[in-house]
Amino acid sequence: MSTRKVGFAPARVASAIKTLFLLVLFILYMFPFFMVVLNSLKRDTEVISSPIAPPSSIYWENYRMAFEKMKFMRAFGNSLIITTASVAAIVLLSSMCAHYLVRNKTKLSTFLYLTMVAAMIIPFQAIMIPLLKIYGSIGMLNNRWVLVFMYIGFGAPFAIFLFHGFIKVIPRELEEAAIIDGCGRYAVFFKIILPLLQPVIMTVVILDVLWIWNDFLLPSLVLLNQASRTLPLSTYYFYGTYTVNYGCLLASLVMTMVPVIIMYMFSQRFILKGIIAGAIK
Amino acid sequence: MVRHRKLGERIGTFFMFAGPTTLIFTVVMVLPFLYGIFLTFTDWDGQANSFAFVGFQNYRIALFDPVFWTSLWLTLRYAIVGVFLTNAVAFFLAYILTSGVKASGFFRAGFFTPNLIGGIVLGFVWQFIFSRVFPQIGRAMGWTLFSTSWLSDPNKAFWALVIVTVWQYSGYMMVIYIAGLVSVPGELLEAASIEGAGSWAKLRRIILPLIRPSVIVCFFLTIQRCFMVYDLNLSLTNGGPYRSTTLISMNVYQTAFLSRQYGPGQAEAIFLFFVVAGVSLAQVYFGKRKEVEM
Repeated sequence: MSTRKVGFAPARVASAIKTLFLLVLFILYMFPFFMVVLNSLKRDTEVISSPIAPPSSIYWENYRMAFEKMKFMRAFGNSLIITTASVAAIVLLSSMCAHYLVRNKTKLSTFLYLTMVAAMIIPFQAIMIPLLKIYGSIGMLNNRWVLVFMYIGFGAPFAIFLFHGFIKVIPRELEEAAIIDGCGRYAVFFKIILPLLQPVIMTVVILDVLWIWNDFLLPSLVLLNQASRTLPLSTYYFYGTYTVNYGCLLASLVMTMVPVIIMYMFSQRFILKGIIAGAIK
Repeated sequence: MVRHRKLGERIGTFFMFAGPTTLIFTVVMVLPFLYGIFLTFTDWDGQANSFAFVGFQNYRIALFDPVFWTSLWLTLRYAIVGVFLTNAVAFFLAYILTSGVKASGFFRAGFFTPNLIGGIVLGFVWQFIFSRVFPQIGRAMGWTLFSTSWLSDPNKAFWALVIVTVWQYSGYMMVIYIAGLVSVPGELLEAASIEGAGSWAKLRRIILPLIRPSVIVCFFLTIQRCFMVYDLNLSLTNGGPYRSTTLISMNVYQTAFLSRQYGPGQAEAIFLFFVVAGVSLAQVYFGKRKEVEM
């Protein structure tokens, strides 16, 4: 503020103290990650005897073992397929649906929209037991595509809510002009509306990628087959069945976290913007 | 004829644009939810194809189950402590970060990092910290508070859960608070300074009223998350020691899938639904009231 321009020494000292204080807090926040990385590079005996000491020699073997034992590539591939397919489908289907609901004001569309908004408050736990019963009884569990199908259902209400609010403020004349120029319904949607939705699409993609990539409870109930496990599932079961070697377990945690952290480094600004847009609505 | 075709066309448009989402939403959320309510009035055991109506018996079993009340009470305590600490820390971080410090973008990105990672992995990370790293530090420094693992002590395990929650969510809420704080007009604060308002008066009289929408969003987001937390609970404490940290979500899971008491489990889930729905409706109510234009 204005005091900074004057360059008073006390103001600068205050700023330095604040920065130092933040730095201490930052180190505290990062401490758990740092410890996990540090110990993932040690032999198991060293982890047990002195977890805060630096490794006597770097022991990469933990990573090789964890990579193989938790079937990292397979789990990573499953997570990637499920997340990509679900988020792409949520964006496409929800934006089309929201467009229809905004432009066709009938009793049915109002009812549909209100039902979806109301459904946003249902916690997953209230649905999981009947969901398993229904889909289990028709033999549709244990399939990645059924999981994708469910993510579309659970993700649609919030996405439609966001798209709905945005499409409402796009002037109708824009679409009418395009129709006069000979555009069909699909052309209007894909050539005019969809490009305008880009900022909301970013928000939906960010929130849904973080949710689906990290989700545990739903896939743990649906994906019973070892081969279709996602990354969180594979980490969880690796921990449960392989409790002896700490170094190896910690290496598996690091490998699970690294892809997300790398993605974050490149898209940090967009992610934080998306979080704000999704929260404030 | 013309009207007929138009109707057909309209139905066609509906099915192409809204049809898939409506169908999937209905069979994934609406039907299971309604079916779930129906199931609470039956004696379904998880396997049998036939079941009889039992009235309110499942609700009676759930409501007279001391285990259910223990976990509900625990969740309430956890939510209250978690919500206040998370928001206090988050607001504090946001307040410093917007007061003109260097590298605020870097710090903001850093404090947010735990929110990128799923509860399962975060729980395992902290399990290692609490059970291995802290005892080691405690022994080395002679701090008795840390000399044994917090996760094997019923009282401290609760606080371990709270600490991880605050650590994770404070970065998320901080981002929302920062967005609110930067929208407070600088001239307003300067005018107040000229008229002799101290920082406390500015905070109370200008900043807090203006960022009221952010405060409401953050409080309710934290409440909802605290009531529904499961992953972290599972990987950090697994409800233990001696069921001392079994939160409500985990209790629903255990009643239904481990004890195979599907009816009472679903009744507990419906109960949880009412709590979460009540919280959400309260948010809408408080959000609409006395809204300050930004």
